[in-house]
This record gives sequence, C-alpha cells and structure tokens, in this order.
Amino acid sequence: MTHISVKVDGTTYEDDVEPRLLLVHYLRDRLGLTGTPIGCDTSNCGACTVELDGVSVKSCSVLAVQADGGEVTTVEGLAQDGELSALQRAFHEKHALQCGYCTPGMLMAARDLLREHPHPTSEEIRHALEGNLCRCTGYQNIVRAVQAASEQEVPA
Amino acid sequence: MTDQAVEGEVGRARPRKEDARLITGQTNWTDNISVNGLLHLAILRSPMAHARIERIDVSPALERPGVIAAFSGGDLADGLGSLPCAWPVTEDIVLPDHPAVAVDEVRYAGDPVAVVVARDRYTAADALEAIEVDYEPLPPVLDLEAALTEDSPLVHSDKGTNRCYVWPLKTGEDFDSVRQRAEITLKRRYHQQRLIPNAMEPRAVVVTPLAASGEYTLYSATQIPHIVRVMMALVTGIPEHKLRVVAPDVGGGFGSKLQVYGEEAVALAVARKTGRPMKWTESRSEGYLATHHGRGMIQDVEIAANRDGKLLGLKVDLLADMGAYLMLVTPGIPILGAFMYPAIYKMDSYDFTCTGVFTTRTPTDAYRGAGRPEATFAIERIVDDLAAELGLDPMEVRRRNWIRHEEFPYTSVAGLTYDSGNYEAATEKALALFDYDKLRAEQADRNHRGDTVRLGIGVSTYTEMCGLAPSRVLRDLRYAAGGWEAASIRMLPTGKVEVVTGTSPHGQGHVTSWSQIAADVLGVPFEDVEVVHGDTRLVPQGMDTYGSRSLVVGGTAVHHAAQKVVDKARKVAAHLLEASENDLEFTNGVFSVKGSPDARKTIQEIAFETFSSHNLPDGMEPSINAEHLLDPDNFSYPHGTHLCAVEVDTETGQTHIRSYVCVDDVGKVVNPMIVEGQVHGGIAQGIAQALYEEAVYDDEGNLVSGTMADYLVPSAPDLPDFVTERTETPATSNPLGVKGVGEAGTIASTPAVVNAIVDALRPLGVQDVRMPCTPERVWRAVKEARS
Amino acid sequence: MIPPAFDYARPASVDEAVRVLADAGEEAKVLAGGQSLLPLLRLRLAFPELVVDVGRIPGLRGVREDGNTLVIGAMTTHHDVIHDPLVRRHAGLLASATATVADPAVRHRGTLGGSLAHADPAGDLPAVVLALDGELVAQGPRGRRTLPARDFFVDYLQSALEPDELLVEVRVPKADGWGFHYEKFHQVAQSWATVGVAVLVRRDDGHIAEARVGLTNMGSTPLRASETEDALSGAGDAAAVTRAAEAAAEGTRPSQDVSASPEYREHLARVLTRRAVLAAAGMG
Repeated sequence: MTHISVKVDGTTYEDDVEPRLLLVHYLRDRLGLTGTPIGCDTSNCGACTVELDGVSVKSCSVLAVQADGGEVTTVEGLAQDGELSALQRAFHEKHALQCGYCTPGMLMAARDLLREHPHPTSEEIRHALEGNLCRCTGYQNIVRAVQAASEQEVPA
Repeated sequence: MTDQAVEGEVGRARPRKEDARLITGQTNWTDNISVNGLLHLAILRSPMAHARIERIDVSPALERPGVIAAFSGGDLADGLGSLPCAWPVTEDIVLPDHPAVAVDEVRYAGDPVAVVVARDRYTAADALEAIEVDYEPLPPVLDLEAALTEDSPLVHSDKGTNRCYVWPLKTGEDFDSVRQRAEITLKRRYHQQRLIPNAMEPRAVVVTPLAASGEYTLYSATQIPHIVRVMMALVTGIPEHKLRVVAPDVGGGFGSKLQVYGEEAVALAVARKTGRPMKWTESRSEGYLATHHGRGMIQDVEIAANRDGKLLGLKVDLLADMGAYLMLVTPGIPILGAFMYPAIYKMDSYDFTCTGVFTTRTPTDAYRGAGRPEATFAIERIVDDLAAELGLDPMEVRRRNWIRHEEFPYTSVAGLTYDSGNYEAATEKALALFDYDKLRAEQADRNHRGDTVRLGIGVSTYTEMCGLAPSRVLRDLRYAAGGWEAASIRMLPTGKVEVVTGTSPHGQGHVTSWSQIAADVLGVPFEDVEVVHGDTRLVPQGMDTYGSRSLVVGGTAVHHAAQKVVDKARKVAAHLLEASENDLEFTNGVFSVKGSPDARKTIQEIAFETFSSHNLPDGMEPSINAEHLLDPDNFSYPHGTHLCAVEVDTETGQTHIRSYVCVDDVGKVVNPMIVEGQVHGGIAQGIAQALYEEAVYDDEGNLVSGTMADYLVPSAPDLPDFVTERTETPATSNPLGVKGVGEAGTIASTPAVVNAIVDALRPLGVQDVRMPCTPERVWRAVKEARS
Repeated sequence: MIPPAFDYARPASVDEAVRVLADAGEEAKVLAGGQSLLPLLRLRLAFPELVVDVGRIPGLRGVREDGNTLVIGAMTTHHDVIHDPLVRRHAGLLASATATVADPAVRHRGTLGGSLAHADPAGDLPAVVLALDGELVAQGPRGRRTLPARDFFVDYLQSALEPDELLVEVRVPKADGWGFHYEKFHQVAQSWATVGVAVLVRRDDGHIAEARVGLTNMGSTPLRASETEDALSGAGDAAAVTRAAEAAAEGTRPSQDVSASPEYREHLARVLTRRAVLAAAGMG
C-alpha cells in the first residue's frame, strides 16, 4: 500500500492504495465519483478523460500513485455553483450527446483544447478529439458544440 | 436542418431533458451501482475457439484471500437452463443447448468456463489466473462454405451438421423463367464482414438478492428489461413475480444489448447460491469476445433485367454466420433482411434462401439495422453494377424501376405493403444539394487526365421496415413474442404528468420526445411531463427498444394513452361545467363551453378534481389516468437518398470522403434535432462498416482484432460533416405519421460509400472491393485490375 | 481490465533509480509516462514484480542546447516536445512527428524517452530519432554511456538498455536549414502507423545534397532507407526523387498483421518516401 494525497474537484483526499490501482478506479470505487466512466482497456476511447494538474489525461492510463500530490478535475467539477460551463451548455444546446457515456471525456478533451486554442477551426476540433470515441453522434454535433462554446468561453 | 415554426411541441427542436445529468456526471450506469457488501464477479473464458474441457479445478482460486466463491460450468448447471433463442425461424431448426458457462466443450474463444466471486474487482481478476483448466483442442469451424461440406468438423457434434436452418422465400414469377426472358443477368458475391457493435458503455450486471423472501433485483445494461425478466425467470427458475429487472442509464446498445446474456443468468445464480449482492462488468476486450457480433454473411445475388435497365427479378442466396450458439434472435436477423432485398424497386420475381451456419466464433445477433443494411447493400451494389454494365447512369436505372409516389400503397414483390413514400422528391432534393452534375464533370475530367486521385460518386436509395412489429406477422415468422407496446399516463393531483413507457431508451431521447407527444395531446407544458422507463416494477408492461420501433409503436401508444386521458377528463369537465360533452372544446389544456368562453376548466384542475373526487359524475372511477397497448397493423417504411463523393488515392488505396449528402423521409418528425442526431450517428456506423471495421479471426479462430487498438472505430477526424435534409411523407399507419429513424443512416450509408469507391475505380477495371475497403484492399483491387 | 499486482518505487534521483533497478534485476519495469506500459499491464501482457516510477526525478525533463546539439530530457512529454521553441527551431522533424503520436491526452503523459525505450518499431519517434542521427544517453551503475540511435534499437520491443540502466537524455544534432517531413500513413486517426517515413534533406543549389530517411514499422526495429539516401544525393527534380524512392523498401522486413501485408508495406514505403522527400525538399 502506498499513501497518496490527491485533490479532486476541490476536495483533498488521503488514502492508502495498492500501487496498481488505476486513477479511474480510485475515483470511481474509492471516492464514489462515478461521473467518470471507463470505456476500454487500451486508452483508445477517452471516456475516462480527466484533468490532472491542468492538462487532460486518460485516467485509465494513470496510476493513482502517479497522481499523488496532484490536482484532478472531473466532469463533476465542471459546473461552478450550479452554473454549467459554456461547454456543458453547448453540448446540451447542440445535441452533442445521445447515450452520454463518452460525454465526460469529450467535455474534458474539449476543455483542454479550448485552453490551448480558444478559437479552433472545425478541423482542429476534430483532431483535438481524436482520442475520444463516440458511437452515437457521428461527432458532427460535438464539433458544433465545441465551436459554439469557443465563441463564449473565456479561457481559464 | 429546417425547423419550421411549429405551434405545438411535436416538430420542435427541443434540447433534451436527458442531458442535464449526463453533462454533469450525475449518471447511473450499471457499473456505478454500489450497495453494502457488494461482491465482484469475474469470468474465466476459453482462450481457444474449440476444445474439450478435460479437467477444471477452481479450488486454487478459492484459496486466495478475499475470494468468496468459485464455480465451474458443472457447478452451476443444476440451477440454470439453456440460454434462450426466441426466434426458431423454421420448424426443423437445429437448436443447440447453450449453457451460460460451458460444461464439457468450449465453442468459441471467449466461451465462459468458470466464475469467481471476490470482495473487489482486483481480487476477482487475480483469482481467475489461479483456476486450472486442461483443454483438448478440437478443430475450429470458420469458413461458412466449408462448414457445410460432409467432412467438416462440427461445432455441435451431437447435432450432426453445421447447417442451422434453411429459410426460403419465393414470390412472384418463378426466377428461372424470368432469367430465361431477361436480356441481361448479373451475378455478384458480396461479403458482409463481422462487426463488433461497440456501444460505448461496456455491459454490466448487478444483482441484489433478498434471500429470505426469494426476491431479486437485476440491474443490467440492457435494451430489453422486460424481455430479460421473462427469459431470466425461465432460465433461472426464479418466479417472474419475484424478479425485478432494471435498465439504469444505458450507454448505447445498437442491438448488442438486445440480448439475454449468460452473465445475467450467472449473476442471478451466484447471488442465489451466496445470498450476496453481485456485480459483473466487462472490460472492452472481454466484451469483444462476450458481447454478440453483427453481420457476418456471404451474399450470392443474381439480378435479371432488360437492356433498358428494367428490373425483372432478383435471386439471393445467403449464408449467415450464426456463430457458436443461437442467442435471442440470432437466426431471425437475416430473415428481417429477407423482405428488404427488392427495396424500392418493382420487379416480377424474387427468390430468396438463407442458410444459417454454425461456426466456432462469438454468436452473432442484432447490430444496428439487423438484416436490413445487408439487404440494402446487396441490392444497391448490384443495381449500380447493372447500370455500369448497361452504360447507364446509376440514378437513371433507379428512376426507371422505383415505385412512383402515386403508386402507393404498393405491395412489393416480397409481400410488404409500403404505405407511403416519395422517392422522386427525396432524390431530387439530394441531387440538388450534392451538385451531382458538377461532380460528374469533375470525375470525367480526372479520369481523362489519368489523375492518381480518382473521384467516385456513390448512390444509395433505400427503404427499410421499422416499427417492429405487428404481432401476427411475428407469429407467422415464428418469433416467440409479440410486437406491441404499452404506455400509460398518470395525471398527478398538482397537474403534473408521468408518462410510463414500455420502451427502454439508451440514448434515443425518449424522455424528451415522449414529453413532447404527451404535452401536445394533454395541453400541458413540456416541462410538466416526466417519463418513467426501464424498470419492470415501475413499468409493468413493455416490449422495449430495438428495430427503430420505439417512436412508431411506443410513441404512438403514448399519444393514444394521452388521448384517453383527455376523453376521460372531458367527461369530468362536462359534469363540472354542466354542459354536454359535445359542447366542449379542448384547446391548450383547457376545456371550454362553445359560445361561453368563461365557462372553462383546465386539465390540471380536472386532475385535482379526480384526486379529491368530491364532484365526479355518478359511477365514474376517481381517475383520468389511462393506459394504451398498441399492436401495430403494419410496419413503417422510411426511405431516402444518400449520396457520397469519395476521393481515392490509387497509389496508396486510401479513401477520403469528400462530401456526404442525404435526404431522408422518416415521415412526421417529433424532434428534428434528435432525428438529425440519429441520422448522423447512423451514417457514421455505416461508413465505419464500409471503410474501417471488421472482426478479424485467424486460422485457429482467435479474434485478432481483439481490442480497440486493432478494431478501428473511427474518431472525429475520420469522418466528414454530413449534409442532412428531410422530406416529409407521413406514414399512414399511425396517427402521428411517424416512421422511425434509428437505423436509417446505417442502412443507407454503407452502399453509398462502397458504390462511390467502385465508381471511382471502374475506369481502371475494378468491379468490386470487399468491405471494409481498407487502403490495402483498394490498392490490391487496382493492381489486379491493371495487370 | 486490471493490472496484476506489483511493488512500487518512486526514486528521487537517477542514482537511486539505477540502484533500485539493479537490485530488482530483470523483474523491474521503468514507468515513465505510462502510456505504453499501462495498457500492457491492463491487458496482462506484462507482469513486473516492481514498477519504478521515474516521473518525479528532477532534471529529466526539458530541453537545452549543448553547442550544435539539442539535449532533450528523457522525461520530456510529447506535449512539451511539440511546443518547445528549441525543438521547433532546431529539430522541426521531431516536433512535427511527435504531434502525430496518439492523441492530446496521451501526449500530455507520454514521454520521448519512454517511447524510445519501449522500442516499438510501429512507434513514430524511433524512426525520427534514427533519421535525426540522434544519440541516447543511458545511466547505469557503471556510469553513463551514449548510444547512437542505430545501435539502440535492437529488436522488436527491445532496446540496448540493460535492465539496470535508465534512459536519461536524447541528443540530436541541430538540423538547422534542413527540410523535413514526417509522412505517417494510418487507417484511422487513432491507429498506429501502417508505415511512416521521416525525412530530412539538406538542399544545395536546387539539388538535394544529403538526405536521411527513417522508416517506421518496416521491420522489427526502425530502419534507415540507406539505398534511397544514397540515390537522393544530387537529385534535382521530382523524377530523380521518384527513382530514388523506388529503393526505399530495400533491406526491410516488414511484418504481416491485421492492418497490412509485407508487400503492401513495401509499396507504401516507396510511395510515402517519395512524397515525404518531395515535401521536405519543397519540390512537391
């Protein structure tokens, strides 16, 4: 067991964990933060994407011990004081989700893109989302949503 | 997407009610469920395609700390019946026994052989490695044609054959005589590769038992909680009234969760044995073996025509890969397609035969479109080939043969009565959006220059059957259940509304669409409607969600149930307003007396009146709630025209989709935004079949494309923007005029893309490219044509 | 799926890491960014007894100049390589090829050193570093040693690193003024390169004076297309480049897998080499 301290969505947690524990299982099974889902075992699907120390990562491909001392933001931490982020609003308004399973990862990947490129072209959006699979939408409305959000969002 | 100004809710592009939770992570996927004392179940699976289990010892797993129980197939056999097949398509179908956990023989790589139960998922995964199994390898059965020969090894040796069934459909004039009088006949063989559905949420099951009372709740990532309940009662012997099945949030299905799975039975059986709550969640690579596959067919197609392009008849000989076992509707999938091969075309003769074949691979079953994409592909490909053979424009051949709009209702040669349609209008609109003539000119120019990058234009004019299904038709097709759907409406005392639906959405947005339907009929605000679904305790009756049936059957049932509420409310209103029912008008939720507009009662007021019941008409039950069970009279028939332009790099074989235009006619539309989303996603999956995806097996029967790293699900940069438009020819079979849209895009797009690729390469002598049209396959096709 | 159990060490220095590795022998695995190792662990294709996490060792991250050489810390992430001004100025090939690796989230964690030490011939960066004539610096109990890239990649997933050695630096000669291009061919955006071609050309008076061509996924290690390199010297037009590229698959032994046959890979190597050279030389 290894002792870790991780700040997740604003709350600091300290735990003893097995070194092999995946960050995503730590979030889901230990902290009960089930907003971040798991979609594959090869880091292809991106459903588990979260922010670790300010950048997007696939939480199925990070050990919880690697996040020790770090700061994690999940989809559950995006809305501030009940106010949806511009991306969340745009996903809703542009119908960028159907089953919603890929949505947390898509939101986190899109947020990462807008931080680096506040005004991306649709081509840039598609490339920035290449590590996130969606089986429902055909991606078109996701691209529209990110574009719509980029017109509103003040980059953090 | 056009969104004309609409008066009511139906037709309005409402952002979805479902989204609020999904965009904030407040979800309830089955794997999210946690209860005290929850144990984790893991399944050991066969690493071989075909083998005898010589010895199995689960006891080493039991010695590990944290392992509560371990079972072999034999240990579980007592309490579990064979997994069900509900669609034995012929009287003499070969129906093998299908244990949830194999007992003495494994028949596909991934067939379960043992189960462990441990305190957490990590311990359970470790414990699997301690189980000892000795396998005696048996020969795999992989080739559909070789499997039918006398000397083939057998998947089920006790059955004496790999031939599961032969299902014929011969209609109209005898095909041989049509062939005789035809001026031209073409024969083609098309391959429908195996596909892995890849719903983004892997499957998961949670069982919570109440041992003392023998009650069980089964949570499952399923499309069909109601069917699962019936089937699990039969398989496990748990009385149906003691079994509650819940489909929590379900992350996509595409047919892969239209299934009654062994893991559901195993989790129930193990929960019964241990008295403990149980969770099983598949990993993606496990799901690639354990969750059913789709497609997997060889299609021998012959078309007979005259030289002016007039079609005379069609012959289809199908070999369909069942995989190792028959699951819920495995044998019926090609039969759903059987009626669709003649598609939108008039012809005199149709001769169809499907032979189901067992192989040592993961069972096949429904995948988005289920039989209809395969049928549409074959007919749309061969009509294109015919056009090329005759030197005619592919669209022109279609025009000369399709059912004209004034000819509806029209009974196709396969015996379906298409109630409505307008192929001319959809096609005209699509051609204009696509700029067809300009692209043809560019194509000719590139061909003339000998450009290494060729342009191809692919046409696909499809129709499909949705709205499964009239129960009597299902009876005639030997399907075990009916095709009705249930809805009920509860008007609450405060005027709010609960719609209880038997459909079980997993991404389709039924909560939003059903709210729109109910709000319109009841005259209540959209926001005042909640939709309850996916729980057999809350929704006593239902036939669930698949086959583009939900809106056509379930949505229409909501409409009828709401209408019944209004009818009952009218009686109360008449009583309260001391008027005759005939003198009442009902507009926007308000009953008023004709001629005296001040005499009015809102439906919400009436809801409260029925709650208090202080002043109801004599003899009236104190409720305006209503239920409606709808068994449709006919299927519905969406149609459309899809056009795809591709650029094919003849040096590398790579295909780039340059533009994609479709005009679909799905009848009246409840929510255009949701419809557009369904079309987008459907096209994406159809393109994926055309270009990228295939479940590849090696000669030993191992799944080579066994992870998402090798099975190529396209991501955003791999797909183009789609131009989607609609025409609106209402269905006549339901009062909403709706037809269904869930599968249309998938059905239409695959042949559009492949036709485009072949169209690009035809000047080089290429006649066909097998799917998926990978760069190497395209390159080889060009190379072989040139040599 | 779920990784097998392992012990975990998080050394604070390279010396400590080397000591830990030496003590563990063959059964240890170095964890850099984890983007190759974690999927292997999750699929239970690797069963290390000890995972040595070098992610927090100071000094292994970042880029500096050393005369005419660029020195890139092994733990520099792909993301940082792509955006580093020194890399962009002096080794543009590396920056542009790194931008094609996986996806943004993976590039935030994955490291240059990790990719090279993993020695996957289908990975993009081994062929790039080979084309750059890079050198790899390893530290072990016997001190540091510097290996030319051509000696570093030994076989499929096998580098010249000893079990007790840690890759600490990647050194690439500055390629100022060289034209470059990485031509990656893959079936979908996510998939590995079916074949990739990394090209550097030095032009002189409208001709190609010198060319270096690295090949991804054309054998059990990354390769140089040396016949093509020789034939390119002096090439002054597209026809000459085309002729030279015809030799790109000479001496390669590409594999057969689910995405392509050897014959097709050889064909791709020729086509992509031509395209990459033309692009790098500005002749396209």
